[in-house]
Amino acid sequence: MRRASAALLTAPLLLFLLVTFVAPIAAFLWRGVTDTEVAPVLPRTAAALSAWDGRALPDEAAFAALVEDLRAARARDRQAGGGSIARAAARLNADKPGFRGLLPMTARRVEAPFDGAARAVLITISEEWGEVETWGAIARAAGPLSSFHALTALDLRQDAAGAIRAAPEDQSVFRAVLLRSLWISLLVTAACLLLAWPIAWLIATTRGAAGILLLAAVMLPFWISLVVRTAAWMVLLQREGVVNAALAATGIVDAPLPLMMNRFAVVLAMVHILLPFMVLPLVAAFRALDPRLPRAAASLGAPPWRVFLRVTLPLCLPGIGAGCLLVFIQALGFYVTPALLGGPNDQMLAWFVGFYATRSVNWGLAAALSILLLVAVGLCVALYGRLAGFRRLGAA
Amino acid sequence: MARAACWVAGVLVAVFLLAPIFAIVPLSFSAGSFLFYPLPGLSLRWYRDFFGSDFWLPAVWNSLGIGLASAALATLLGTPAAFGLWRMKGRFRAVAMGIVLAPMVVPVIVVAVALLLAFGPIGLVATHAGMVIAHAALGAPFVVVTVLASLEAFDPVQLRAASACGAGPLRAFFRVCLPQIAPGVAAGAVFAFATSLDEVVVALFIAGPAQRTLPRQMFAGLNDTISLTTTAAAAMLVLLSVVLLAVVGWLQGRKKAGGG
Amino acid sequence: MHRRTMLKAGLAAAALPATARAQGRDLTVVSWGGAYQDAQREVFFRPFQQQTRNRMLEETWDGGIGVLRSRIASGANTWDVVQVESEELLIGADEGLFEPLDWAAIGGRDAYIPEAYSEHGVGAILYSFILAYDRARLAQGPTGWADFFDTRRFPGKRGLRKGPKTTLEIALMADGVPAAEVYQVLGTPAGVDRAFRKLDSVKADLAWFERGAQPPQWLAAGEVTMTVAYNGRISAANASDGRNFAIVWQNNIFTLDTWVIMKGSPNKARALEFLRFVGRPEIQAALPPRIPYGVTAKGVNERLPAEVLPNLPTAPQNIQTALQLNDRFWLDNLDRLTQRFNTWVSR
Repeated sequence: MRRASAALLTAPLLLFLLVTFVAPIAAFLWRGVTDTEVAPVLPRTAAALSAWDGRALPDEAAFAALVEDLRAARARDRQAGGGSIARAAARLNADKPGFRGLLPMTARRVEAPFDGAARAVLITISEEWGEVETWGAIARAAGPLSSFHALTALDLRQDAAGAIRAAPEDQSVFRAVLLRSLWISLLVTAACLLLAWPIAWLIATTRGAAGILLLAAVMLPFWISLVVRTAAWMVLLQREGVVNAALAATGIVDAPLPLMMNRFAVVLAMVHILLPFMVLPLVAAFRALDPRLPRAAASLGAPPWRVFLRVTLPLCLPGIGAGCLLVFIQALGFYVTPALLGGPNDQMLAWFVGFYATRSVNWGLAAALSILLLVAVGLCVALYGRLAGFRRLGAA
Repeated sequence: MARAACWVAGVLVAVFLLAPIFAIVPLSFSAGSFLFYPLPGLSLRWYRDFFGSDFWLPAVWNSLGIGLASAALATLLGTPAAFGLWRMKGRFRAVAMGIVLAPMVVPVIVVAVALLLAFGPIGLVATHAGMVIAHAALGAPFVVVTVLASLEAFDPVQLRAASACGAGPLRAFFRVCLPQIAPGVAAGAVFAFATSLDEVVVALFIAGPAQRTLPRQMFAGLNDTISLTTTAAAAMLVLLSVVLLAVVGWLQGRKKAGGG
Repeated sequence: MHRRTMLKAGLAAAALPATARAQGRDLTVVSWGGAYQDAQREVFFRPFQQQTRNRMLEETWDGGIGVLRSRIASGANTWDVVQVESEELLIGADEGLFEPLDWAAIGGRDAYIPEAYSEHGVGAILYSFILAYDRARLAQGPTGWADFFDTRRFPGKRGLRKGPKTTLEIALMADGVPAAEVYQVLGTPAGVDRAFRKLDSVKADLAWFERGAQPPQWLAAGEVTMTVAYNGRISAANASDGRNFAIVWQNNIFTLDTWVIMKGSPNKARALEFLRFVGRPEIQAALPPRIPYGVTAKGVNERLPAEVLPNLPTAPQNIQTALQLNDRFWLDNLDRLTQRFNTWVSR
């Protein structure tokens, strides 16, 4: 009875979140491991290639199936205006550049009936149909499950025969982006820890107005909109902004410094935005620390650095871990601040998710990158659960 | 000695935290149009610009409307859920807690793109309803966490007493528990409102021009030309945040006083 | 009692937007933001709303066929009328992203200059990508694209439009390819490599703009020494912000933007009404004095004040060395080269 009523009270919110949050995200991520654009357009080709080993060109049956598929799809597109060939071509183009033009062009050229082998006709239309990898791209996109997007997100490619190798140099970018995201987040976390330590210590150990003022200095920015804080940094760091004007007025520099659109600006603003998330758990940890313990260690003759390393630090470790993980997790997903303050090679994973979702119809890749991001965040959360237990996540 | 060094460092960090905000607010009262000091004079021209423009004032109303509606929805769903979670034990509670807290942890870009793709075909993109739903989902965990925290101070024996007097569990909740945790609920609602007021990424992806919120409009302004009107908008948001912070502080003070 | 009313108020607040939505969406027109859209607002949007007594929404975008593709394919399209660039018009028409245009409803083909006609859209403006710098900061300015890549004589950052279009053409012209041969060279893999090599030589000094409003703003702030820009925005900054920016017309890249109606728009009739309105010569004539772009209705040039004419991209001395943007080339190559460009730029 009691459990049932408790479940009943929780049900509306759970249902609401399942429908408006969990289900949309699951459906989106599902696109990262599936392929649904090509099979409906080229069903016969996909079937003909299902048993193909990918070592030599497929046989005539596959060529004939492709011709038949393209004729059917073109007739459908003409009637319903669905643009399905364009969409299949877009998906194949993501695998093998050139498909965006190749598929619609081939569809136009094979529309009229012809005599003779489909293979010879297709290869006359374009030599690309005589390449194994052209067919490999179709086979890889046949779905329904597919590792293509996940591999792309890791800068890997699978060839027609199934071997996985690194993507060509001029197409690899995502491993670098992942490392960059991790590096920026790590840098921000370290800087936050360094800056948060003294102020958190003071807040935890100072009584009276001074301590309250310091706490207010942390809480106020915590409540102010992220966009406003990013805007503030833009105003400060602009070439003709506050900082450069001040530097020039005091004669420290002759020419204004380029302070914006670089990694420095991104890290600086992110530290500013995330610092309260480090300070507050540290304050909690310092307050819970029994001040008699370090004093006892000192009175037993331990030098201050030893007291710090052996007594204070281990006792505060859960708080430090909480702060670090909170900052790190949030930093990983940053979108707005790097977009406004960073240059093109300061953009993090989130920017690429947005890019592939809204500027290039590649939801599969956007989903695969999201999975990458969520795995990184999930590992951190799991680590956090190990270190501190989940109960404190809410409290922080 | 070490403590003095600690003070120097701590005050410097406090300055670092506050300086950008204190730098941007006075600029909005400038009589000139430059983004640096000294100010050529004081004026309210950028605020006149703000209230006279086709874009900023509707953005204010959108922010307030979407914020209030989503906070109301989040509170309505979150308060009973927190109560349910508080009385739950075991595996189911862990799973439910995971779902409820997920919006705090999942990177908001993933939420934004997922909602764009889910809301698009059902016509919720570029609607106020879509924005309210999305922001309510993002704000609900804050309500749950805040209400759960205030339930810690609530003695469950009172519920047993109520049921001994013949009150059903719902009645007991409304009559006995809710009045005592009301400051916590209100604080949760303020958190949810602040979450909506702060949110920009979801708004970037699923709001249309008629749903532009203040931060979304600021983002557009920052991308285009950083005019002092944008700093005026920033100053208004700062003011709003200070009000919210004060409200939460007051509510928490009340809670403490109420709890003894 | 009190609780009840609160609950009701909450529910009403939540339900309110849903009722607002049932009334249908306002016509949404999308353009390029900044000084250009400010001018359009004065000349087109406000008068149109006043005349028809109907609300119209405006949105800003920064281009990219992928944006339009995503909107149509995701079913989340909320745009009705969009101003697109020439190759976006071709690609979008080919992929069925736009409604075919009912020319009779907007005054007929004969009311417009011939270049403005296409099956899926009507020309909006003629404009040029030019090289701009600030005379207040650079007394001896650059005279052509070769100077753009000369970081020894002109140190500092340079602004380029993010994306391969115009960037690769400029790189080749700077590398000594005559304007007439640019697309021939760019059609070969060696030509593309050559363009990227040229860009590589100054990569650290490049700043990429995505919105047309950025170049004049960067010039004004001294963020860049010189920049590629849309001609009208530079003139507008000179006229309205009292700047002293110079335009180098040598080898400018000349092109045309077009209004299209997005496929499946529920506001098609209103959209046509809007296009009819902005196609009237007496309405269009108010645009070039505010921002010097060429317009597309016949009989506008006679109405323009004489001092506006030399600032237009269509003035004889300006078009003499111009390279016309080859939309056919970009139709075939945009995706491939965008992919390569994006990888190159984010590394």
